[in-house]
Amino acid sequence: MAAVNEINKGMNDRRATYIEYAQAVPLAYAIDPDACIGCGLCENTCLAKAVKYNDKEEETTVTVGSVILSPGTKGYDPSNLDFLGYGKFPNVVTSEGFERILSAGGPYFGHVMRPLDREEPKSIAWLQCVGSRDINKCGNGYCSSVCCMYATKEAMIAKEHIHGDLDAVIFNMDMRTFGKDYEKYFLRARDKEGVRYVKARVHTISEVPETGDLIVQYVDESGERKQETFSMVVLSVGLTIPDSAVELAKRLNIELNHYNFVATDPFAPVETSQPGIYTCGVFQGPKDIPGSVTEASAAACLAGADLSEARGTETKTVTIPEQKDVSDQEPRIGVFVCNCGINIGGIVDVPAVQEYAGRLPNVVFTDSNLFTCSQDTQEKIKEKIKEHNLNRVVVASCSPKTHEPMFMETLEACGLNRYLFEMANIRNQNSWIHSKAPELATQKAKDLVRMAVARAGTLKPLAQKVISVTQKALVIGGGVAGMNAALNLGRQGFDVILVEKDAQLGGFSRKLHHTIEGGDILAYLDKLIGQVNAHERVEVITEARVTGFGGYKGNFTTDVEIGPGKEKRTIKHGVIIVATGAVEYQPKEYSYGDDDRVVTQIELADRLEEKGASDLNTVVMIQCVGSRNDEMQECSRICCQNAVKNALHIKKENPDTQVFVLYRDIRTYGLLEDFYKEARERGVIFIRFENDAPPKVKASAEGILVSVKDHILQRDITIRADLLALSAGMRAADTDELSGIMKLNRNQEGYFIEAHVKLRPVDMPGEGIFLCGTAHGPKLISEAISQSQAAASRATTFLAKPEIKLSAITAKVDTEHCVKCLTCVRTCPFGVPMFNTELGVIEIDDALCHGCGSCASICPRQTIKLSFYEDDQLACKIDALLAGGM
Amino acid sequence: MRLDYPSNIKIIRVPCTGKVDVMHLLRAIQKGADGVYAVGCLEGACHYNEGNLRARERVNHVRRLLEEIGIEGDRVRMYNLSSGEGPTFAAYAREMAENIKMLGPNPLKKH
Repeated sequence: MAAVNEINKGMNDRRATYIEYAQAVPLAYAIDPDACIGCGLCENTCLAKAVKYNDKEEETTVTVGSVILSPGTKGYDPSNLDFLGYGKFPNVVTSEGFERILSAGGPYFGHVMRPLDREEPKSIAWLQCVGSRDINKCGNGYCSSVCCMYATKEAMIAKEHIHGDLDAVIFNMDMRTFGKDYEKYFLRARDKEGVRYVKARVHTISEVPETGDLIVQYVDESGERKQETFSMVVLSVGLTIPDSAVELAKRLNIELNHYNFVATDPFAPVETSQPGIYTCGVFQGPKDIPGSVTEASAAACLAGADLSEARGTETKTVTIPEQKDVSDQEPRIGVFVCNCGINIGGIVDVPAVQEYAGRLPNVVFTDSNLFTCSQDTQEKIKEKIKEHNLNRVVVASCSPKTHEPMFMETLEACGLNRYLFEMANIRNQNSWIHSKAPELATQKAKDLVRMAVARAGTLKPLAQKVISVTQKALVIGGGVAGMNAALNLGRQGFDVILVEKDAQLGGFSRKLHHTIEGGDILAYLDKLIGQVNAHERVEVITEARVTGFGGYKGNFTTDVEIGPGKEKRTIKHGVIIVATGAVEYQPKEYSYGDDDRVVTQIELADRLEEKGASDLNTVVMIQCVGSRNDEMQECSRICCQNAVKNALHIKKENPDTQVFVLYRDIRTYGLLEDFYKEARERGVIFIRFENDAPPKVKASAEGILVSVKDHILQRDITIRADLLALSAGMRAADTDELSGIMKLNRNQEGYFIEAHVKLRPVDMPGEGIFLCGTAHGPKLISEAISQSQAAASRATTFLAKPEIKLSAITAKVDTEHCVKCLTCVRTCPFGVPMFNTELGVIEIDDALCHGCGSCASICPRQTIKLSFYEDDQLACKIDALLAGGM
Repeated sequence: MRLDYPSNIKIIRVPCTGKVDVMHLLRAIQKGADGVYAVGCLEGACHYNEGNLRARERVNHVRRLLEEIGIEGDRVRMYNLSSGEGPTFAAYAREMAENIKMLGPNPLKKH
């Protein structure tokens, strides 16, 4: 039965029995009740009897200590915005739909085509802020934070996929590429790939009936009416909260804000109005994947801290019998061939494969099973291992990616080393893809089994080293991020040493007064410092400098020098959290330092706090000072909201003060947009300038004269200001010495690099080392707090275990034949091989090696072996394959 | 996704294409494979930073070596894709098989 494929936005069909998409978790089939006619075919066909027609939703009660709400987001549905023609003109799609068009798993298998005629588009327009920053048509006043980046990404990928030239145009009000390394991506799209960015909000789309092309009408910055024709239009839809999540919040009595995001405090970003209930992701506020993943860890941190006393009380331990020593025995291989119901058996002649396997060298036993992965088959395999004294096992079935760990456990359960196991993938790599040629599939299954058997004969037992973990953390940096990380680790029940280079805790936040929401930063800081100092598990060391570092995950040693007397101390710890922070850029531009009427935003905030604004007639602010220029390409993320915050402060103190903000793009992302709107309502004037025509500043007795070309009037204007505030960007704290000692990588801006932008946003590449706060990149206090909670959470996953089992797949050096050419030292992406000057040998630490094999294959003397992937263990597969004659 | 590709392609698993040695590629040709190719992550997206770049260098090196002894270098190739790109994997497999068909049997193959 065919049904509409919702994941592909209805652009193609799928079956009524379906897997939602290739990466779905769990990767299991479901029946679409709306499309199913109940014919019973699937129930009768399923050999595992897994189809239940009358399966129903069940209500169960679970007793828990804390709750995390992460109901996610829904793309805005633009059907009601009739001027955009979505749902009426086939070639107008949403960004979600276009994402599917680009996907290899999408309706057109990754070929960029437009829905109407499946023609490759020659030009595509992206319309930003559909369902965001729009109180006129849809009531969503917030910025969705992610659309500028995804539109740019979609334009780049479309250009890559399309064979001819593609004119890609992004219509926007402000480009908000404020995240770490995002500005560089935007510049690449604009300057290298030729994506056009037009500052305009499109007011009408109409269709050319003959061609299906779309006419886009807009008013440009100078006020001129324009129109352009495109093959396709993509609506960059914003993020909204689904009704079901709003309902959920109501049931749980959770306070939501006026846009239905969870109402949170800037100093408690993932805590809801109900104690013990936490939130993360877009439900907390619009954000991208790195932000969501970070917040997820933050929520887990707080939820886990509430339960820390109960940690480990409901776990079960498996007892593994002692390992048999089989190293002196000749290989005795057992081969288990799987039918996988009819998945393999329906195509491949399994009995023939089994019979063939029985004739291969060293094979002493063969069997075939309906489902080799089932629990009863595991028991059967165990029996056969014992009965036939097998010392190597080959399973010919599916992918090792999903099933290898389970079969390895079966081996361990009867005393065989887990690495004496090999799989032949005769399903995913064979029966599924050669279903139209069963004979060829059977032949290939034999080839794959022959290769696996050959390799099994070469496998050796490998020992997984177990190392103990020093259950103590070191946090470097005593600012808001470092203190939160330390405090949260303490609350998880672990000892923490917090080292701070200054005499006082607090870091850069000491210079701040209020968040844009009105949160009192200094009061918060006082409270936080009090909590940190009072916590029995947290030891604070101030005036400390890191001077030495060594060890590996779970077992680090750090030397510090403390105080003016440079007292030495060595700290042993299992994990590290780096929170070294950032500082405000000291401008060289716009007469800063020469004239005391030119200040930074931080200094302006101090002044407003002290003297108010009653004596100010005119204040001018200039954005992007020391950001988004040749010297510092990146956006500093926080300055736009900082300017808006100070502008609002002035207007509230003295509505008569004229405030001008000279900007390039206003980047008040997420809920900050409300404050931008409020500033405009209160009469703050925002004037956009181009990077190549920055404002000119001249000091005079009457005031600071600021000239700029007004983008609406299209002429130069001059403003006489009492005060010129420069929105100076952020700069990473000086960590040259620290990063040298600890071998921590930084990007070209001096911020530390995370292990993976999306998947491991607070981990560093070295295991057991985590990162938070502005040491990672510019961010708001609330973001630094959630990130530090996330780092504490990730660190807890290490510290919660008294010992760690290391992978046995590591590189080993044959020191006798090694000529110490140091090629491995230069090659290793993680800097693991070391030359031991005392012993005169190369050493590769098991605990540090990631097992990629780069050193093994580059070693000119072939004295490095990667366990489980030794040269003969790969070469035997090549030999076995080709010995059969292809 | 069960995408069809020629059955005369067999996959050998390695932790990273950076582990693929010149020796492995040459051995396949020497033992009679008509072609051999390495499939790694997209350039710039290697899990181990630059294993795939090293693999490409080695593949290119092997291609030159083969040319020197009068065997078509194009029997050895390197492809890059991300793990989410099944259709691309199948497309590359078909492309490689077509390429080999055009080149004909490996002259080193014993008859």
